[in-house]
Amino acid sequence: MHNSKTVEVIVGLFVALGLAALFMLAMKVSNLSTFSGDDGYVITARFENIGGLKVRSPVTVAGVRVGRISNIGFDNTTYEAVVSMNISGDYNTLPTDTSASIFTAGLLGEQYVALEPGGDEKYLQQGGEVRLTQSAIVLEQVIGQFLYSQAEGGGDAK
Amino acid sequence: MIGTIRKLGRWGLGGFERLGRGHIFLFHVLMGIPSVIVRFGLLVQQMLSVGVLSLLIIVVSGLFVGMVLGLQGYNTLVDFGAEQSLGVVVALSLVRELGPVVASLLFAGRAGSALTAEIGLMKSTEQLSGMEMMAVDPVKRVIAPRFLAGFISLPLLATIFSAVGVIGGYFVGVGLLGVDDGAFWSQMQAKVDFSEDIMNGVIKSIVFGFVVTWIAVFEGYDCIPTSEGVSRATTRTVVHSALAILSLDFVLTALMFGNI
Repeated sequence: MHNSKTVEVIVGLFVALGLAALFMLAMKVSNLSTFSGDDGYVITARFENIGGLKVRSPVTVAGVRVGRISNIGFDNTTYEAVVSMNISGDYNTLPTDTSASIFTAGLLGEQYVALEPGGDEKYLQQGGEVRLTQSAIVLEQVIGQFLYSQAEGGGDAK
Repeated sequence: MIGTIRKLGRWGLGGFERLGRGHIFLFHVLMGIPSVIVRFGLLVQQMLSVGVLSLLIIVVSGLFVGMVLGLQGYNTLVDFGAEQSLGVVVALSLVRELGPVVASLLFAGRAGSALTAEIGLMKSTEQLSGMEMMAVDPVKRVIAPRFLAGFISLPLLATIFSAVGVIGGYFVGVGLLGVDDGAFWSQMQAKVDFSEDIMNGVIKSIVFGFVVTWIAVFEGYDCIPTSEGVSRATTRTVVHSALAILSLDFVLTALMFGNI
């Protein structure tokens, strides 16, 4: 058929092509190039209501993605949600009085945690806790409050 | 009445016997793998006929599957004004499901059937018995290199399929339909996780590669040594491989993504 040297070269090219495809998927398609998540540190925050937040949702500062949600738990004594966030090691200068809020990207988009840095000179370490939190805005509650205030306003006008 | 029950029993026993033979055969093949690594040339030769020659069908179908995904995904997403997410749709469906499954189905049709026919014909022309006469173990010399070649080739082919499919989706989405270039890639990179999505797809294709090649070499080795037997074994390879791929895909997906 072919001589063995040509065969070896062709098979070598085939294997290289397969590995190149994997490399392309890793670098171009997945998040491996942007954020690995292994070299970071974990901080926690407690929320009264996390809405539709999920594990692997993004964590942002000033709109820039700095990490992701690594775990969501529930505290049986305070009835709060405990959210663990894995922050990339590049962003290790978050002050200890940083606040965390849960926002929605767009009207129907996914929910994410936005961190708002404070003014403290100490930085959050591995296992640190964000104390100032703002829960997710549940759309039904907002609509309910709006209708309620509208009804009240209408009553005053008469 | 008794005759029918007896037939059913014979059919069941035959099935179990084949299943047992298949596993013993697999054990022999796995024992033969060290001797393949020593004789590397055999493996390279088989990689050529099993892997490299399947490349054309894999690349072409990958491209077209990606392009179709791009078109269909765009039509649905544009209703919600979410056509920026086209990259995510294309990449996730390819990497998680279509890459491993379609590549394995094509592989079973292109390479699996050829393996069965080749080994079956070797058996019916008594080449395998001839080898045994010369104290050469046909499982080590003929079967194990083919098994290993298929097992290595399929994950590579499935990865190539996914990568080419993403490029096909890019051509249609960005080139023809006008999705923003930056949003296409950045949304994809934001939503596709390397270990969760891509590696699970690779694990799927490794499992499929093992099962498909096992079925192919076993059907060839176990066939009735007549021309009709070889033809039936080849058919069985394709049918059984397809059934095994699709049912295993469900099990693997449930384990990986189903939160069960």
